[in-house]
Amino acid sequence: MYTLVLWCPDWPVVAAAAVAALPPQVPAAVLAANEVVSCSAVARTEGVHRGLRKRSAQARCPELVVFDDDPVRDARLFEPVAAAVEELAPGIEVVRPGLVAVPAQGPVGYFGGAEAAAERLVDHVAAVTGVEAQVGIADGLFAATLAAHRGLIVPPGGGTDFLAPLGTGELDQPAERRAGSRSRADLVDLLRRLGLRTLGDFAAVPERDVASRFGGQAVLAHRLARGLEERPPDRRRPPVELSVTQVLDPPVERVDAAAFAARALAERLHNGLADRGLACIRMRIHAKTENDEELDRVWRCAEPLTPQGIADRVRWQLDGWLTRSKSAGSSRPTAGISVLRLDPEEVVDAAALQLGLWPGAGQDQGEAAERAGRALVHVQGLLGPEGVFTAVLGGGRGPAERVRLVPWGDERSPAADPDPPWPGRLPAPSPATVPREPEPAAVLDASGADVGVTGRYQLTARPSRVVVNGGPSRDVLGWAGPWPVDERWWDPASAHRAARLQVLAAGAAADELEQIAFLLVRTGGRWAVEGVYD
Amino acid sequence: MSRSATATLVALHGVRAASELTTTPADQATGRVLPVRGELADLFPWGGLRRGSTVSVRGSTSLLLALLAMATAEGCWAAVVGLPQLGVLAAAEVGVAVHRLALVPRPGADPSTAERTAGALLDGLDLVAVAGPFTPSAARRLSARARQRRAVLLPFGGWPGADVELRVEGGRWAGLGVGHGVLREREVVVHASGRGAAARARRIDLMLPATGGSVAVRHPAEPVTPVAVGAG
Repeated sequence: MYTLVLWCPDWPVVAAAAVAALPPQVPAAVLAANEVVSCSAVARTEGVHRGLRKRSAQARCPELVVFDDDPVRDARLFEPVAAAVEELAPGIEVVRPGLVAVPAQGPVGYFGGAEAAAERLVDHVAAVTGVEAQVGIADGLFAATLAAHRGLIVPPGGGTDFLAPLGTGELDQPAERRAGSRSRADLVDLLRRLGLRTLGDFAAVPERDVASRFGGQAVLAHRLARGLEERPPDRRRPPVELSVTQVLDPPVERVDAAAFAARALAERLHNGLADRGLACIRMRIHAKTENDEELDRVWRCAEPLTPQGIADRVRWQLDGWLTRSKSAGSSRPTAGISVLRLDPEEVVDAAALQLGLWPGAGQDQGEAAERAGRALVHVQGLLGPEGVFTAVLGGGRGPAERVRLVPWGDERSPAADPDPPWPGRLPAPSPATVPREPEPAAVLDASGADVGVTGRYQLTARPSRVVVNGGPSRDVLGWAGPWPVDERWWDPASAHRAARLQVLAAGAAADELEQIAFLLVRTGGRWAVEGVYD
Repeated sequence: MSRSATATLVALHGVRAASELTTTPADQATGRVLPVRGELADLFPWGGLRRGSTVSVRGSTSLLLALLAMATAEGCWAAVVGLPQLGVLAAAEVGVAVHRLALVPRPGADPSTAERTAGALLDGLDLVAVAGPFTPSAARRLSARARQRRAVLLPFGGWPGADVELRVEGGRWAGLGVGHGVLREREVVVHASGRGAAARARRIDLMLPATGGSVAVRHPAEPVTPVAVGAG
């Protein structure tokens, strides 16, 4: 592919000098592993070159300023240059800091000729970033890079002729060296000793012989020498701006006015996404008031949002913000909303919006489900996304751990796999009341002493009375258990030992008909109520 | 004019259109009555939960869950507001389709938010169970909203002006011994009283929960002599 390469000579030195604010006339070099990786033009005239040891480099040029190699710094400073190139020629690939490749066809056609395109790019990069650059155009990245080193424009189809007279040493590019492999340098050395001095000589060797004699790395080098691509360039596309912003003038304080703005904004967001074949499943609503208060909230949704869905959520959110009561902890905004922005945080292929042909099990469709969904999302607008749940049943032993509450709209996946056997799980019926936080309880024997559980899961005494949550003391009519719980004993951090006990207690009035059944659990030497069978 | 006058009258407490006073088996088929488990059908003069009515449940979370079971299993949506300690596992055992059961454990700190939450749910869901302190006026507004949106409001606890009041009595457990066995089933008596067509007191003897967490009839329902019922 006809490729344009923009090359900044000695980029590691240029970047290091820019960070250190070093004037260009001072000789400088970047060293890695005590070897010169890159040096400035001034240093080069003093006899410093790539691969020289630090000591001999300083011997040749005593005033040499030495920097450490830092790929992160190189990359960071190169980003503006890459962006400047991107402004004129989209679809760039940053090969390494200091080298940008771009398909030549676009800029050459647009600027009316290869020379004009090269000139424009060099001028633009210099004007925007103040960095000197050279441009080369040739077939393939490798040839274009070598052309850039020489500031040449090779006509299409002339790549092989351009490469043939060049020395095999050109195969050893700094990018290859800095990747940590010396194999390319060894190969170049070997080729030289074999008498293959130019790329043309190397290219003339049949590929089969190269593969059998020199190995896979050499085959790649051989492809380069023949003017072929090592691999197709990976194009970078400019990220598209999907967020939509609306400046509200005058600022909105009333919910109905906000709803009107929300509808137009939702249409814009949805159309912007639909043009790119996308749909949004997670959206951030961001609002700014006149007094610079920032409000935002993320909405998640199991299905991609329709324009109606986006508008509803924005309206409910604005409703929630504008009518937020003082007792809710966070005060309501002190002024009207002046800027409203919607960011699609997570997008999916718009094809996901299409309904499936066969509605699967557990997936509700139809009018009732849609109506219910809208009401639940409305409640989420009042209480926040964590206000409405549906439950998913999963694996576990206790009545609480078998249930996972999933905020409405999130993916319903159980906390633990329900399939494997869960020894120690209590049979149905399960308690109809399960306190969110276990309530303290006491189980006493006939003498009023606490009933404990031994290490072998035996009760230490016969339960006689039970006190729940500081309430009245009740007679124990029956009990069963303890059911042992010994979970994750192999991991000391999350190991959990407990014992469950079903207790049937007499009612307060000692009426035989008024019986109350509790599920108690003992952990850490304390009884707690885990469930009430009411 | 006459039509709006009728509407005004119907909105009043205790006043019903004549067509709503009696029911036919067709009501269930046309969706005016939400189905309940067969064991509980005798509690209601309509054989189920009539849309727009308010049915209060006292004394047993299990009974509340049992009322939701059949309707959610047949595709209706239900919500439970203000009961953070609801045992979802027990709900599943009694037959509730938990993926159509929305839970709103904490409907806001102040009563007005709780009322708005319950009201928003009545707009879109078929059955809404609410718990928590509501002022009598808020309770009346929610009942009116349920009537208007043709949803069923199921308050857990006392409720002024409920159409049907269910009260659970007794609770003798079977299955648990002294140091052995496991809780298996409980005998309860459910009393229903109410207004209008439901004014006649009814009682049924149930196993709630029965073996496996479901519901079973202990004896066929036998009407008792009418006792004093609320204003109707």
